[in-house]
Amino acid sequence: MSVKLTNRQVGDVTVVDAEGRITLGDGASTFRDLIKDLVGNGNKKLLVNLGEVSYIDSSGIGELVSGFTTVQNAGGSMKLLNLNKRVKDLLQITKLYTVFEVHDDEAAGVRSFS
Amino acid sequence: MEARAQTWQLASTLDSVDWAEAHVLTIAREAGFDEDACSDIGISVRESMVNAVVHGNHYSTEKKVNLSVDVSSSTLTMIIEDSGCGLDLSTLPDPLAEENLLRPSGRGLLIIGAFMDEFAVERRAEGGTRMRLVKNRPAA
Repeated sequence: MSVKLTNRQVGDVTVVDAEGRITLGDGASTFRDLIKDLVGNGNKKLLVNLGEVSYIDSSGIGELVSGFTTVQNAGGSMKLLNLNKRVKDLLQITKLYTVFEVHDDEAAGVRSFS
Repeated sequence: MEARAQTWQLASTLDSVDWAEAHVLTIAREAGFDEDACSDIGISVRESMVNAVVHGNHYSTEKKVNLSVDVSSSTLTMIIEDSGCGLDLSTLPDPLAEENLLRPSGRGLLIIGAFMDEFAVERRAEGGTRMRLVKNRPAA
């Protein structure tokens, strides 16, 4: 199953719920397109919920990084929510834990933007 | 499980990447690897195959990817070969360098190296790149 993405507003924060696989091919490009659309529509506080992401490869990690820089370049910020052990391991290995702000609780993640 | 080696010649497509990952995972489970180790193996095969299909063979219909899997009493060894120009590791940017952290690509080999017990990359004499991945089997 490739990635399924839905987004919802919590105050002025856009929460993106991701489910499935973010890998080279449709999963990674789907994520990229959504982030660009959200930023293009003025959403600059993004909290990406990866709690239901079962698999992510280096291309998927690359898309998270691209999303981060896209939002940052627009003057906003993108943070991550609910990482499973596998994604945490990948962020540790790639040193991206030093780049992304990560939350385990949605309410705390939303509050962190204010 | 008795030692066995299998070899396949695959088209340079993303379907081959998916097939190789799924097929090696079946072999790994039969060899007694637990789910954590299988996750290590699966993503490593995937990254190696993506490198071969995308960066080595550039999706060429003329070029194939060779996949070999060998199960011994102590290891699972996977060899992935492409027919590209041959990877020169010395030219690759360090993905952990501060100035490269926000690059969108270049992390595949780092991930393989982290999850495998042995990992080697070499240029093939006949052209292309050979990646050799080894995961130690769990004690019986």
